[in-house]
Amino acid sequence: MKISRRQALASATAAVAASAFPRFAFAQGAAIKLGTIADTSGPLQPFGTQKLQCIQLAVEEINAAGGLLGRKIELVTYDAQSSDQLYAQFAQQIALRDRVNVVHAGLQSSSREVIRPILRRANALYFYNTPYEGGVCDRNAFLTGTTPGQLLANLLPFMIKKFGKKIYVLAADYNFGQLSEKWTRKIAKENGAEVIASEFFPLDVNQFGPTIGKIQAAKPDFIVNTFVGPGHAAFYGQWAGTGMKKQIPIASQTFGEAGEHLRMPQELSEGIFVCYNYFEELNKPANAAFLERFRKKFGTNYGYVSDLGMSEYMGVRIWAEAVKKANAIEREPVIKALEAGLSVDGPGGTMKADPKTHHFVFDMHLAECKSRKFEILQSFDQVPPTNPDGVCDLLKNPDTNQQFEPKL
Amino acid sequence: MDYAAIFLIQVAYAIASLALISVGLAVIYGMMRVINFAHGEFLMLGGYAVILPVQAGVNIWIAMLVIAPVTVGAFGVVVERLVIRPLYGRVIDTVLATWGLSLLLIGLASAVLGYYQEGSKPPLGSVQIGAYRESGYTFFVIAVTLAIMAALYLGLKRTRFGLLARGTMQNPAMAAGLGVDTGRIYAATFGLGAALSGLAGGILAPISGVVPVIGATYIAKAFITVISGGATVLAGTASAAAMLGAVNQVVTFLATPVVGEVALLAAAIILLRLLPAGITGRLFRGGV
Repeated sequence: MKISRRQALASATAAVAASAFPRFAFAQGAAIKLGTIADTSGPLQPFGTQKLQCIQLAVEEINAAGGLLGRKIELVTYDAQSSDQLYAQFAQQIALRDRVNVVHAGLQSSSREVIRPILRRANALYFYNTPYEGGVCDRNAFLTGTTPGQLLANLLPFMIKKFGKKIYVLAADYNFGQLSEKWTRKIAKENGAEVIASEFFPLDVNQFGPTIGKIQAAKPDFIVNTFVGPGHAAFYGQWAGTGMKKQIPIASQTFGEAGEHLRMPQELSEGIFVCYNYFEELNKPANAAFLERFRKKFGTNYGYVSDLGMSEYMGVRIWAEAVKKANAIEREPVIKALEAGLSVDGPGGTMKADPKTHHFVFDMHLAECKSRKFEILQSFDQVPPTNPDGVCDLLKNPDTNQQFEPKL
Repeated sequence: MDYAAIFLIQVAYAIASLALISVGLAVIYGMMRVINFAHGEFLMLGGYAVILPVQAGVNIWIAMLVIAPVTVGAFGVVVERLVIRPLYGRVIDTVLATWGLSLLLIGLASAVLGYYQEGSKPPLGSVQIGAYRESGYTFFVIAVTLAIMAALYLGLKRTRFGLLARGTMQNPAMAAGLGVDTGRIYAATFGLGAALSGLAGGILAPISGVVPVIGATYIAKAFITVISGGATVLAGTASAAAMLGAVNQVVTFLATPVVGEVALLAAAIILLRLLPAGITGRLFRGGV
């Protein structure tokens, strides 16, 4: 009860201390603190804004329903401005100064790997709510986004069957793109297909002329891309401008997650294949109700809610459910409650904790972009997360702390 | 055979786009010895001067070839009057002042316009070359860069303004003594450089899109090209762009975009080691 003693001291020294430490003056001691770091400015703004909005909505809904354990949730928010350095700084502040009860943060895999060790050292329970390259095995972390075992493992067999066995990979040049490319090669091989070439692009690359020439020379049956950010988005225009759009189909691991398809000419997005655990277009009553609440809070001009935002919403929801089940806010009982295989229903379907890996089981949906909307082609019920050969088992080996990579 | 054609077209395109993004900076640095750190943001403004009018229904060619250079040129004249003029001859101070301007413009664009980039497809369709396809816009960029360089050559060499400008840059005191209004020449030259940057940003906008930080993608390459080119504006920019653009693109084709960038930087370092005053410090001296 260190914090409340400090607060008692602060209120005893009255106005002086209160003005020197406005945060202590604000907190009433009863509120549960949920910390978040999001990129709400800079190049990742379209991703980060959506993610923060989903967290805000989830917290507001929980508070409106009476809060958690009779206490209100207070949101502590930082804008990392699309910079991994700021992630490091804010993770320290959020864990050590703000002493939040849980952290829901991170967009790019690089930012996750910056803050995950900091939060682990500080014993601050961490939720990473973003689809990513899979494999993180850390008892302090729960990863509520989809992994390649859910996304690529359903998208690639569909593409291989429909278009052929030669794959060309275009990926962002950091851990997300690099490891996703390895998964693509592994899953392609398991399905009798082959990655004939892979190219990696730093995030500021926005000229793809030579690549488009090389793709034409290699003649793949389809392209798999792991593009991130506005620079890479220029590819779609250059690809269509070269007249290749109708020749070679594209499957993407990221397209539409920032609502790109709503901001580009229809001709550029038509016929791109994706596979996520959530789309605005999902035809479910729970989804319609969610979108209505979302529009009511943020207006009709909010862009698009993708699996990125939904992962945040569901991440907060399942954490709250674990707190209720444990009847405690401390890290250990909450982890135990989640490790009991907790599940919650949401707008995209049921998500269920996978106790061994701290990842989650989802319904996945395969879709094609048509007339600026995602048309669901196929759904896969309750797909388990990536865990090749069961290497990650946090129940048996709670001290594991590493990211497992696919074996080729 | 047709792959070789695509390869050569892409190399020509890389050279042209390098010359395009550098020429505005070359005019301002080469003629006025002002290091404009906000050059990347002039390109960014040129991009928005195309994207925003097009969204409002303006014809893309008018936006690109008229609105972008005129707007950014006018902005350049204002910047010269307010920021640059008190700092002539003080190189470090102009670097700081234009760097501040660069940060201000990025911040304003981030706050006002944000990063919700509109996707676009370059106009002009595509061209079939044997079994391959190439965007028609690639040829447009190459052609328009050649036209800009030719117009700039004629403008500097054959017009009265060109003569006065070159005279003022060579010896401002003598030019003033002969009755030239050097203040106006400086303002016009800076405006010309800014207009060329705006035009370049506008032409590249339909291919690469525009975000507030896009200047960072271009500025390093533009500076390296201008420094490698040396003191002579046109011959320097053209020769440095030809060399560095070719190295960059050939290596990008053979390896990856990352290795291509490394090769460009390595080539520039070797070049400046051999020719410390840039290409035109030794070759093409006395040109424009």
